[in-house]
Amino acid sequence: MTLLALEDIHKSFASAEGPVPVLQGVSLTVAGGEVVALTGESGSGKSTLLHIAAGLEAPDAGRVLVGGQDMAALPDTGRAKLRRGTVGLVFQQFNLVPSLSVGANLAFQARLAGGHDAAFCTQLAARLGLSDLVARYPEQLSGGQQQRVAIGRALAARPKVLLADEPTGNLDEATGDAVFALMLELARAQGAALLLVTHSARLAGRCDRVVHLRAGRLA
Amino acid sequence: MTLAALLSHWARNKMQLAMLLAGLTLATALWSGVQALNAQARGAYATAAALVSEDGAARLDTPSGQMPQSRFVALRRSGLMVSPVVEGRVVLGDTRVTLLGIEPLTAPPGTAAALADGDLQGFVAGGGFAHPETLAEIGPSDLALTPSQAVPVGVVLVDIGTAQTQLGMAGQISHLMLTGPAPRPLPEGLRLSQADAGAELDGLTDSFHLNLTAFGALAFAVGLFIVHSAVGLAFEQRRGLFRTLRSLGVSLRALTFALALELALMALIAGLAGLALGYVMAAALLPDVAATLRGLYGAPVPGSLQFSPVWALAGLAMAFAGAVLAGGQALWRLWHMPVLAPAQPRAWAIASGRAMRWQVMGALGLGVVAVVLAFTGSGLFAGFALLAAALLAAALLTPAVLALCLQGAARFARAPVVQWFWADSRQNLPRLSLALMALMLALAANIGVGTMVASFRATFIGWLDQRLVAEMTVTPRDAAQAVALESFLMPRTDAVLPLRRVDATLAGQPGAVFAMRDHATFRDNWPLIQAAPDPWDRLAAEQGALINEQLARRAGLWPGDSVVLPGAGAVSVLGVYPDYGNPLAQAIITEGWFDRLYPGTPTRQLAIRTDNPEATRAALLDEFGLSAQAITDQAQAKALSLAIFERTFLITGALNVLTLSVAALALFATLVTLSGLRLVQLAPLWAMGLTLRQLARLELARALVLAGLTMGLALPVGLMLAQVLLAVINVQAFGWRLPLQVFPADWARLALWAGLAMFAAAAWPAWRLWRAGGGPLLRVFAYER
Repeated sequence: MTLLALEDIHKSFASAEGPVPVLQGVSLTVAGGEVVALTGESGSGKSTLLHIAAGLEAPDAGRVLVGGQDMAALPDTGRAKLRRGTVGLVFQQFNLVPSLSVGANLAFQARLAGGHDAAFCTQLAARLGLSDLVARYPEQLSGGQQQRVAIGRALAARPKVLLADEPTGNLDEATGDAVFALMLELARAQGAALLLVTHSARLAGRCDRVVHLRAGRLA
Repeated sequence: MTLAALLSHWARNKMQLAMLLAGLTLATALWSGVQALNAQARGAYATAAALVSEDGAARLDTPSGQMPQSRFVALRRSGLMVSPVVEGRVVLGDTRVTLLGIEPLTAPPGTAAALADGDLQGFVAGGGFAHPETLAEIGPSDLALTPSQAVPVGVVLVDIGTAQTQLGMAGQISHLMLTGPAPRPLPEGLRLSQADAGAELDGLTDSFHLNLTAFGALAFAVGLFIVHSAVGLAFEQRRGLFRTLRSLGVSLRALTFALALELALMALIAGLAGLALGYVMAAALLPDVAATLRGLYGAPVPGSLQFSPVWALAGLAMAFAGAVLAGGQALWRLWHMPVLAPAQPRAWAIASGRAMRWQVMGALGLGVVAVVLAFTGSGLFAGFALLAAALLAAALLTPAVLALCLQGAARFARAPVVQWFWADSRQNLPRLSLALMALMLALAANIGVGTMVASFRATFIGWLDQRLVAEMTVTPRDAAQAVALESFLMPRTDAVLPLRRVDATLAGQPGAVFAMRDHATFRDNWPLIQAAPDPWDRLAAEQGALINEQLARRAGLWPGDSVVLPGAGAVSVLGVYPDYGNPLAQAIITEGWFDRLYPGTPTRQLAIRTDNPEATRAALLDEFGLSAQAITDQAQAKALSLAIFERTFLITGALNVLTLSVAALALFATLVTLSGLRLVQLAPLWAMGLTLRQLARLELARALVLAGLTMGLALPVGLMLAQVLLAVINVQAFGWRLPLQVFPADWARLALWAGLAMFAAAAWPAWRLWRAGGGPLLRVFAYER
């Protein structure tokens, strides 16, 4: 079942020389339990596409269907609500909430969405190897640990769609591999549609499907 | 090149630069403005001193304040170097002035200088000299007056004969100025006293100027909080740049020098702007300050400001000192920062946590100093030192107390956003703490000074109602008219109560002895702070004197003690009465005793008790042809007293508002600067489903909560300040002590203003966050790649 569908997405940015097209008619679907790698050169529009998929940015044209709902047609509050309950985001720089403990970070989005399950969070923390770290603060963790918290936070709300932007870009190869494997395993176990941006052909090779973006179009 | 790289930060952060310059400009302006006011007033005292004496020369006078002119002639013929002076208050044109009559041929050089450019013949023939401001106040007048900058404001310098005519003192003089060595022994019936009016005014007005200086220092400190905050934040924002420059081979010494140069450049720009602003501010406030000093102390201060290069240089020096003080910490941190120290917000917060512990320890130390001063200190400087220590301790404690409050609130929070709100507020506290300390100080100063003034006003109005019971007062033209007036009024009114006084030194302080007629008006209405048993009966029986609170507190004289009165020796203190608004010592004895001690003392005023003031006024105008200004009714007297009171605290109110404005600017500067740094903290929440509108509202709410908590903290600090002002500073400065009264409505109003100031400071960054859309937040994810 398709959980994420991007249909004929167009996006351009203003510049001094006029509008610069970034995405030119991109269409893509990701089914539940499927892992799709999005690759492409720097500036090819990968992150923009991911942001549009998350409802953080609106396309100039096209539709974004998340769990069957057209995100582009929703007002800001509607997009925010959909993001809270349906979408999980993982960033390269982790972007944890620095003022909250690991435990509070893990539970934060789930609680925002009103779907907090303490037992599930505990289970997730254990699965991610964070059980002993829940009282710590993000800056007291290593990069790998922080990324595991970010993955846990995204998954704790049981999202239908998981979007990850270079989730291992800041980690060494061994740690990156371990984190990547864990994310794939948990996303698949939850039946979430996972779209992940990566530069690594090696990691992309471990995904169900690879799509390549070139000059704003899927190659 | 390094400097250019550093300065490029400001090109990209123009608002931050504006705030930094505004903070230093305001700090310099408020400090140098206050100093300009003080310098102008002190210059005026020196002018006054030069006019009536030569380098603090002495004078010969009598206790009654008058002597026959023949006495001058006799002394001069005997070879004594003296010059006669006739002095008194008189209404000229539209205003009341001090008429100073001199004899130009024997006057000392200081006085003669005022006549140097004038027409001496015209002067002797009835002309005179006055400051241009005094001339403008007088308007059209019978005297031919010439403008002269050498004459103090509020004084008209005339020939002795003119003064005698105007003051109704034919054949009489007030005192003799000594222009040579003092005679030994003194001629019979005369006493030697210092005529250094400037020094006397300096002493009397010291407290006023110290008050102004204290406010200037407070405003300067609040302004420095802005600069410190802006410099500190700019340092944080440029950590990456410092790392890059160091990695590229820029030595630590060169980098520190470039930063110091940058700071000096800003100090120069802001210092010059601050001087200009301070001059404008002082010029705007000077008329009120001059009016206050004239009303309260009779100090001849002109209402227009003169420019002084020394003042300008001192102001610039303060700007540089302020910049060094505010930027010193940043330079120190740069000096100690490892080359590749990463910019971690939490690490910064941990370092700030350490700083907070030091702050708390400093606050406790200052608290101990304040307590020791409260119990052992004496004098005005000890009072201000106590205030400074207590306020600084409270300011240093502010972040720690706020952190505790936020921590406590977080414990009770259940919803995730609320939990984040409290935790995030606490984490951002170190960055906001300087601005919040400035706000706390400004609010506490407002509460403290406001409570003091309101307590004073309430007490003062009650006191006026009690004290001003006579329906009207009449000022006779001369002694003969006083006698005639009393005879005329006695059968037509309920009572006539003459006011006679002689100047006297009481317990080493300048003051006066007054005569009081035994009458129910005083027995029933005259308030006493402390009294021996049956004070009024014993006063009537000439068993002692009443003294004012100023004399009692300064000399430590209370009922049961004795005070030495000229000619009477030690007399018993029967009671102490409040005497607000008068800086001088006073003693009151019964009329009969006074007349025996100081015979021939003229009656200066007559207080009249009557059921029909209008008819009495009409009769006086018909019978004696008195001018309207010679008759004052009760309402006029109260209005005048209240006007003087309000004017006295006008400058305080103005500085209060300015200090609060500076604190609001500090908050605005900090919040605007922080808004860029906040994006990193807000972006994840937006990504997780909070809308921009929600985030903007939360930012506003945070500002209001912090303002509320700061106000809550400022309240006890402000009340402590009010108590110290009322119980220590006022007693030392003015000589009276007032009960502390609380005015919750004023606090509510101030809280509203604080909330509005905070709202205004936070509204712009919050509005920008909301209106800018997700672009800046998306860039957070992109920049961090």
